[in-house]
Amino acid sequence: MAKGIRGGEASRGWLFISPALIIIGLFLVLPILLALWVSFSDWNGLGSPLSGNTSFVGTKNYEKLLVDPGLAQRDFGTSIRNNFYYVILVVPLQTALALFLAVQVNRRILKARGFFRTAFYFPSVTSSIAITGIFIFLFSASGAINALLGWLGINGPNWLADPSGVIHNFLKLFGVNAAPAALAVSGPLGISWWEWLAGPSVAMCMLIALAVFTTSGTFMLIFLAGLQSIGAEIDEAALMDGTGPFRKFFSITLPMLKPTLFTVITLGLIGTWQLFDQIYLTGGGAPGKTLLTPAYLSYQTSFKGLNWGEGAAMAFLLFLLIVALTLLQRYVLRDRRKGDRLDKTMRREIATQAAIAKGKSI
Amino acid sequence: MNTKKLGAGLAAVALVAGLAACSSGGTTTPGDTTGQKLTMLIGSSGDAETNAVQAAADAWAKTSGNTVEVVAASDLTQQLSQGFAGGTPPDIFYMGWDQFGTYAQNKYLDAYAKDLPNAGDFYKSLKDTFTYKGTFTCAPKDFSTLGLIINTDMWKAAGLTDADYPKDWAELESVAKKLTTDKVAGLSFGLEYARVGVFMNQAGGSLVSADGKTVTADTPENLAGLKEIQKLHDDGVLKFPSEIDSGWSGEALGKGAAAMVIEGPWIKGIKGDFPDTHYQAVELPAGPGGKSTFTFTNCWGIPAGSKTAAAAVDLVKFLTSDEQQLKFADAFGVIPSTESAAKQYATKFPENASFVTSNDYAVSPVNFAGSATVISDFNAQLAKLIGGDAKAILASLQTTLQAALDEANSK
Repeated sequence: MAKGIRGGEASRGWLFISPALIIIGLFLVLPILLALWVSFSDWNGLGSPLSGNTSFVGTKNYEKLLVDPGLAQRDFGTSIRNNFYYVILVVPLQTALALFLAVQVNRRILKARGFFRTAFYFPSVTSSIAITGIFIFLFSASGAINALLGWLGINGPNWLADPSGVIHNFLKLFGVNAAPAALAVSGPLGISWWEWLAGPSVAMCMLIALAVFTTSGTFMLIFLAGLQSIGAEIDEAALMDGTGPFRKFFSITLPMLKPTLFTVITLGLIGTWQLFDQIYLTGGGAPGKTLLTPAYLSYQTSFKGLNWGEGAAMAFLLFLLIVALTLLQRYVLRDRRKGDRLDKTMRREIATQAAIAKGKSI
Repeated sequence: MNTKKLGAGLAAVALVAGLAACSSGGTTTPGDTTGQKLTMLIGSSGDAETNAVQAAADAWAKTSGNTVEVVAASDLTQQLSQGFAGGTPPDIFYMGWDQFGTYAQNKYLDAYAKDLPNAGDFYKSLKDTFTYKGTFTCAPKDFSTLGLIINTDMWKAAGLTDADYPKDWAELESVAKKLTTDKVAGLSFGLEYARVGVFMNQAGGSLVSADGKTVTADTPENLAGLKEIQKLHDDGVLKFPSEIDSGWSGEALGKGAAAMVIEGPWIKGIKGDFPDTHYQAVELPAGPGGKSTFTFTNCWGIPAGSKTAAAAVDLVKFLTSDEQQLKFADAFGVIPSTESAAKQYATKFPENASFVTSNDYAVSPVNFAGSATVISDFNAQLAKLIGGDAKAILASLQTTLQAALDEANSK
């Protein structure tokens, strides 16, 4: 092939993107590959992991976390359980709240919309350290939250010092104080089924409230952008068809927001599984390890215990978990083949009309 | 084809460059004791400590012809880990008792202390803390022991005198009862191994056998220690800091929510927030197994294979001299690590004399490599001590700690 005026275009293309490639390679791909190597090695944090005193140990680090019964496995299991309850409560709550707020501040009749938008977004721009600090004060044993509960005649718990799970506490109301025999047996990752079903601890509830409070502002902004891309003519058309506000929301707004919803839930899932700052600030997993998360445990195992291989393995397991859950979420929220269903409805409608035209009653 | 080659080439270049950047650094041999630039990483309690350490380092640097830069870490453990991983550890640093075992096992530390001229002057308990596999590794820089800190105003108000300082558990229970009111807990301390372990030791218990091979957690003695704590709490005279709205028991003492707490010489730090609280430190009461307390200490760590090791050791010699240690004591209240200097300290600061006296029988908390995760698990389980099964907690500790000890001994 003769090289014409467009010859060498491809190589120049590579040249132009090379700065980006080098930066991404050096600061993203290489560290990830290095971490992957560390997770299969016995590196103890002394010097480079590529130097001679580090050796390949196969899947030993992963086995320690997943298979070998012991403290490492139990800690990992506990952290997964804690974070699971956090995610399962935070993601739906923050998404619902964000959507609700977005719809409210998107209403044209609302006065001072700018003020409300800023006010709801404000927690998101504040540093998580500062906001966690404030929450620790609010939720202390004699803090504002418990004072508020006191007015309502409720004796509030000692939030941050209470390791009891809320599901366990709920069962206690019915006199179930200890594990029934069926649940006392050991479940996955060295934790008994009874412990798996503990629910988030009272202390974790505080962090859940904190996360919903701070992140719903960010997601409100994303929803707001999505809402504004729904044209006013669609609203008008819906109005002409006589939809009420609820019907309009569930049949028009929500389906049209599906791509935004997908983004928000994905971001929420990823963010919540990486819970770290709040744990660092509230005492590294205390009370009773019920605030321990995989991200914090990985940090602790690496930096404090110098078991870098185990810490890196934990990070990769967390990565796989997040990827798996994101794929699952994609599958659940996929575009179903609406065409088929529509056709069926349409055919039924046509048949009905034809029947009416023939003068038959249905 | 062309583009593929180029892309692969670029990726290869990036990979090689990256790997080269990652693997720089290596071992070097010890060098001169003059003309060195040392970096010292400290976990400072505040400006007073940082300034005093910098002043001492400068004094040494001037006479020895070196320079020392003192860096106060915001998170010592993390910054040390980063330094070692990057191949650029500080030339000298604070090494906490709790991390020492892990660092020594992973060959992070230069075992210089056994050759120090003043190696024999340190307290034996402190030397034991920093001895790894029979080698005295790094020089202790100071220590703190736990004592019973009493709010003297409340003590007098309850009609108690100096003669009533509790000598054993029974007396502790009775004075705690007298001091307890609707608003004040008689006794308070954090529900963690670093306090609870003292009760277990006072009952005659221990966690590891003398030969360091067997874990002795699940014993009647340790159980008696935990039972005593359950009893004090059941009687309503012991409240943990979180139950009386405090971050730690020192705060509880300061604001008058607790009349007695178990803390160390760092209790003086409450002066800033609570200048009007008067207190007195006395030795902890003895249990059925005799007197016991914990001693917490730091040493001057020097990284293994450091090329400035010779100069750093010279600096340690200077910093651990009695004269310099007493200067530190004046500046920020730490207790000197040598017996002779500690005795002088005790006469100079009589309010802290009990902390010095109790170091004669104090033991170091368990700190072998890998024990930290087990101890934090024990701390988590202690949350269930009140109204829970103390024996089950010890049985769980026995299993996990033995597994960790076996692993540590196998390396």
